[in-house]
Formats: sequence, C-alpha cells, structure tokens
Amino acid sequence: MASIAFTQHLQTHVDAPRSEVSGGTVRDALEEVLAENPRLRGYVLDDAGAVRKHIAVFLDGESVKDRVGLSDPLPPGGEIFVMQALSGG
Amino acid sequence: MKPLIHVGTRKGLFAFEKTNGHWSPAGEWFLGIQVPMLFHDRRDGLLHAAVEHGHFGTKMHRSADGGATWEETAGVLYPPKPDDAPEIRDGFRNVVVPWSLEKVWSLESGGPDKPGLLWCGTIPGGLFRSSDSGSTWELVRSLWDRPERAQWAGGGYDFPGIHSICVDPRNSQRVAVAISCGGVWLTGDGGETWEQGANGMTYDFLPAEQGGAEPDGQDPHRMVMCGSAPDRCWVQHHCGIYRSDAAGRGWEEISGVKPSGFGFAVAVHPKDPDTAWFVPARKDEFRYPVDGEFVVTRTRDGGKSFETLSKGLPPAPCYDLVYRHGLDIDESGDRLVMGSTTGALWVSEDQGDSWELLTAHLPPVYCVRFA
Repeated sequence: MASIAFTQHLQTHVDAPRSEVSGGTVRDALEEVLAENPRLRGYVLDDAGAVRKHIAVFLDGESVKDRVGLSDPLPPGGEIFVMQALSGG
Repeated sequence: MKPLIHVGTRKGLFAFEKTNGHWSPAGEWFLGIQVPMLFHDRRDGLLHAAVEHGHFGTKMHRSADGGATWEETAGVLYPPKPDDAPEIRDGFRNVVVPWSLEKVWSLESGGPDKPGLLWCGTIPGGLFRSSDSGSTWELVRSLWDRPERAQWAGGGYDFPGIHSICVDPRNSQRVAVAISCGGVWLTGDGGETWEQGANGMTYDFLPAEQGGAEPDGQDPHRMVMCGSAPDRCWVQHHCGIYRSDAAGRGWEEISGVKPSGFGFAVAVHPKDPDTAWFVPARKDEFRYPVDGEFVVTRTRDGGKSFETLSKGLPPAPCYDLVYRHGLDIDESGDRLVMGSTTGALWVSEDQGDSWELLTAHLPPVYCVRFA
C-alpha cells in the first residue's frame, strides 16, 4: 500500500500520524487522511484547496508536479511526504 | 481589573500587567509564531488571537480564561470562488486577487448591543463577520462583490487589506472600514450595502489627472473614531494626516505637520475628538524617524497645531518604527501604549507627555492593545 507522512513541525500543532493510504492520485490519498482528520486540512491546504504556498509535497522523493489539483498518479507502494518549505522560513 | 496590555509580535503573543504601580510581564503564548492581530472582547471576556504560521496559514484561537487555555476555532476561510464571479486584479500590479486568506489584519466588536458579533478585516481585502463570538466566520459578500474592488491595490503587502474597522457607538449598524489601498467604505445597515467615503484624500505624488484623488485607490494607513464624538475620525494616510467630521464620509487634509505628516499609527482621545497622537517618520519610501529622532506628535486642537513629545524616548540615533497597530489608548484617555518593529514597548500615563520603556527586547511588534 502507499503511505503518507507529515513533518514533525506540523505535529507540534496537530496530530498527523503516518498512514497507509489508497487511491489513484496524491489528492485521493490526502483526502482519505483529511476525511479522518479534518483539522489537518487547513494546515496543508489553503482556502481554495491547493497546497499552501510554503508547504512542499513529495512523492517518492520528488516534488509533486500539480500543486493545485495534486493529480500526480500514486503508484502502488508510493510514499508521500508533506513538509514545510524553507521558503516559509 | 489591573491595567493589562496584549502585544502581538513576529514571534508570539505577550501580556504586560500593572501591579502596585509597576508594569511587568504577565504571559506569553504562541512563541515563535506571528501574531499580527488580537482582540480582547470586554463584552464576554474572550481573548482572540490570529496566529499566522509561516507554513501552515493563519489559525484563529480564543481564550475564555485570560490565556490559561486556548481553543482553535474554525478560522477565517474564504469560500470557493464561484464560476460566475468576475476575476478581480490588483489595480496597480494587474495580478489576480485570490479568494484566499493571506492575513488577519483587524478584529473588532460588533457593538455593545450585538453580543457575539465580531468583524474581521483581512488581506486580500475581504471583510468577515461572526455572529458566534468567533466560532465561525462568513465573508461579507456585499463589500467583496463591489465592482470598485478592481481599483483597489496592495499597500505594503501584495494585495489590499482592511486594517481598521470603526463601529459607531451610537448605532452599531453604522460601520466604517479603511483599506490600504481601497479608501474608506461605509455601511449604515450592518453591512448589507456599502458606499465609498474617502472623498478628499489624495496622493501628493500622483496628479489628479492620473487618478491621484480617486477615492477607491486611496491608502489610509490607519483610521480611528472618537468614542464620545464618533463623527470625528482621524486617518494617518500614506501622504499625510486627514480628519473627518462626518464619521468617515469625506475627509480634510491636515497639512504642514512637523516633523512629518507621514507615519502608520494614530490614536484619538476617547473623550476629546480634537486630541490625537501620531508617530511620524520620514516620508515616503524611507520610513524611519526624521533625522533619527524618534518622537510622538500630538494635537489638541483638531490638527491646527502639533506638539512634539519625546520625554522618556531614546535619544538619536533611534530607528524604531511603529506599525499601524502599534499604538493604542485606554478608555481613560490618559494612558497610551506603543510598540516598535525594533521590539521596544513604551507606556505613557500622562497623554504622551512622558514615556516609560517597559522592554526593548521583544520580537518586532505588530499590534498593541489595552485589554
């Protein structure tokens, strides 16, 4: 199964444990986690549902291509990592 | 209640309290995180804080016990842009204004007769209203949908922002909001309808034929209303000082102010509409104390004349800068508090005649308010 994990910085403010996820895209996987943890949504996504300006989302070590729709295909066993971008300080 | 000051800074929220004639630290919260705006609601005792994470966005928190515990609320969320809503661009830079929160820039009570009603001004220019003491917030579409928003522009930030909200104490349906850069907008029906009030304001570096006197593009930095005489409002504008005697509908320039008519902050005496304080800086692109001399100016005659106040303030060279929310006055009109981007915090107990330094080592100060 694919998995999603979150930076320790985020976990200072809201619970965000590593989870196994399914779905065809990064968006599918993230929404699966947010459905269980709605408070996490506003920490990762902006009002319009896109990835926040200073948040980075990696898939298997590479930055996702679609920061608005997160439509990047999620391969079996893919690893998503959500962390703060240093552009935000 | 002991005199109490809350200070929102680049690195957290702080409190100072006066006990036995002495000011001392009384709390610190959200350390390491920007707190650009805060509001202590005297109607119900709730302390509200806008906590702006650099990475994770702004979260709204409130405390019912003076900061002992905090609750994060749903937050100030822009709704999704409807497909049929026009795309509005910043009037100066022609960049699309997003339907997305960048900063909470003002928080005010909706009036003593409206328990639970709060107003919130934001960057990129949306006004929000809460009817449940901040549990939930709703975008005020009647202002957001004004076509004149296409003439607004960012002032000091990428996009326009509502930094001042003045609710008429005689009638809470009458609200004036000031926008950098978008002029002054007025409602007389609790926010159902709005009209522009910045007539009379002008940019000294932009000729009238280039739009220098257009109300929708004006940049009032901060607006305050005299509580006992609400028709009198004062504005510190990008190009000088303005006064209104019609609760924000129409403005008169106060010219010839020394050492400078430029600044960000303004405070008005709650009981004397003719007395107001400003913190001048060298205009316009420089923004540091004139000649490195950090002073406060005060008028007691409605702007006809000004005194320069510096007792207790640092000698030159001093480059502290006071942001638009960095000056406040208490309900007595005798006590002022001022915080700077250099991290200094001062209190005056005598209407600005003299100042006491509480600390010079806070993070850069964004907002100071008497509880």
